[in-house]
Amino acid sequence: MSSLDKETVRRIAYLSRINVSEEGLSELAGDLTRILDFVEELQEVDVEGCEPLTSVADLTLPLRKDEVTDGNIQQKVLSNAPMTDAGCFVVPKVVE
Amino acid sequence: MTDLTKLTLAEARDGLAKGEYTSVELTEAHLKSMEAHRNLNAYITETPEKAIEMAKASDAKRAKGEAGKMEGLPIAVKDLFCTEGVQTTAASHILEGFKPEYESTVTSKLFENGAVMLGKANLDEFAMGSSNTSSYYGNAINPWKGKDGKDLVPGGSSGGSAAAVAANMALAATGTDTGGSIRQPASYCGIVGLKPTYGRCSRWGIVAFASSLDQAGPMTKTVRDAAIMLGSMAGHDAKDSTSAPMAVPDFEAALTGDIRGMKIGIPKEYRVDGMPEEISKLWDDGVAMLRDAGAEVVDVTLPHTKYALGTYYIVAPAEASSNLARYDGLRYGQRVMDEGDSLDDMYMKSRAAGFGKEVQRRIMIGTYVLSAGYYDAYYNKALKVRRRIYEDFANAFGTVDTILAPTAPSAAFAIGENEGDPVKMYLNDVFTVPASLAGLPGLSLPTGLSSEGLPLGLQLIGKPFDEETVLRVGGVLESAANFTAKPSGLEG
Repeated sequence: MSSLDKETVRRIAYLSRINVSEEGLSELAGDLTRILDFVEELQEVDVEGCEPLTSVADLTLPLRKDEVTDGNIQQKVLSNAPMTDAGCFVVPKVVE
Repeated sequence: MTDLTKLTLAEARDGLAKGEYTSVELTEAHLKSMEAHRNLNAYITETPEKAIEMAKASDAKRAKGEAGKMEGLPIAVKDLFCTEGVQTTAASHILEGFKPEYESTVTSKLFENGAVMLGKANLDEFAMGSSNTSSYYGNAINPWKGKDGKDLVPGGSSGGSAAAVAANMALAATGTDTGGSIRQPASYCGIVGLKPTYGRCSRWGIVAFASSLDQAGPMTKTVRDAAIMLGSMAGHDAKDSTSAPMAVPDFEAALTGDIRGMKIGIPKEYRVDGMPEEISKLWDDGVAMLRDAGAEVVDVTLPHTKYALGTYYIVAPAEASSNLARYDGLRYGQRVMDEGDSLDDMYMKSRAAGFGKEVQRRIMIGTYVLSAGYYDAYYNKALKVRRRIYEDFANAFGTVDTILAPTAPSAAFAIGENEGDPVKMYLNDVFTVPASLAGLPGLSLPTGLSSEGLPLGLQLIGKPFDEETVLRVGGVLESAANFTAKPSGLEG
């Protein structure tokens, strides 16, 4: 069904926020097409009336009280950041 | 004195209790073995100072009569578990230098029970792989050698953990299993690996790959060792909302050696076309051993088995694409940007430089199957087929206590083989993925050798939260198989 062209791969790469070179796009188009061909066989399974299985944990997700249970760990939160300033993460300029 | 690195976890535990040696002695012996076998690249980060410190503290604790269940036992920790103050890389460049400010629940529990950490074990990048050849920190190498003497893969993704245990560089190791990442390397390295039921061990503090599948488990020299170690890893954790609020049984007590009258299922769909003769024979031999021990062998059918790999390679990348969105070059990890770059430029450069090829492929496949217009055709469809696979097992477990099958379709292969075609590599997981999709416990143990003299494993798949049956039957199979071969690449 799906043979991915270069433009589609370029779009996926952007959605994934991964820089890919022009040559890389062609190689990926081949690889991703191979993988999609491989999973194609799922289309033949009859799933009429079948609910999607999102979790095998047979649990109702637990709720807890909406209260602060953690905090005051600014240094810990920032300790692995590539760039910080005045207790904040530094990001490239996003507003002109 | 006996070579302390050749002990099992249970033997070392008992020897420590009797005062035959100290944890410091045991730990030093393993540190020496790690040095001697550095060529296997089983560890990404060795932590000898921390290990000695922990061993000293453990000996002091024991002297006060406060020994825990893993007291003084040196282990390797897969470098996917966050360890406080110790670099945690997930074998990725993007996390190089990352030092967590917290400890994963599983390692916390192990350390509270007295375990000593020797270092962080190598793995496939973000646990995505079946060969440990996608690690940014180099391939881990299997201590076993084939007839031609070539370096073999230890399997993956927990390849470093498996190699470390097989080469006596740790008494045991933690692993994680998403589609076979504990069981397949255990099989390739001739050790025991147990993937518990999804929800048995907390996932908190484990670098996430596919959250609905990831599960931590022990990798050990014996079935008894797996039972001991699982007891110290398992248990409910409020910090993981999918961790099961269930009591942790005494797994070791399940090893009664008696399986008379138990029903063992043999799934006919696992006898795939082109299955090597030696794998068929291994399986038949296992069946005979269990029958001789008094179990009843029953044919079962798991009709959707052939769709498991396809389902997995949609569901796991979809979840990975979402989980790995957190690597943004801002809060932790590598950042790559040039003067004047926009936020998007920085994301795209950091992620391109930080992620390896296979990780990039999986993120993109996952992004594609979740994108508008394809979500229903791929992702939702896969979730429905996943339910069919789940139902297959539920039906089979209506009549049998556990299921016996091969762990992997082959013995360990040479490094470099199966590269170049992602799909060919995926086929290694054909027997392990179905139980992962159904969230079931699976135990792999070595029961025979290939014609090349390499270890081959069989796996037992159990009902949800019935690790005890899997361990009991595994214990019997282990005694019957009497697998005593040792890695050929490790003389001395």
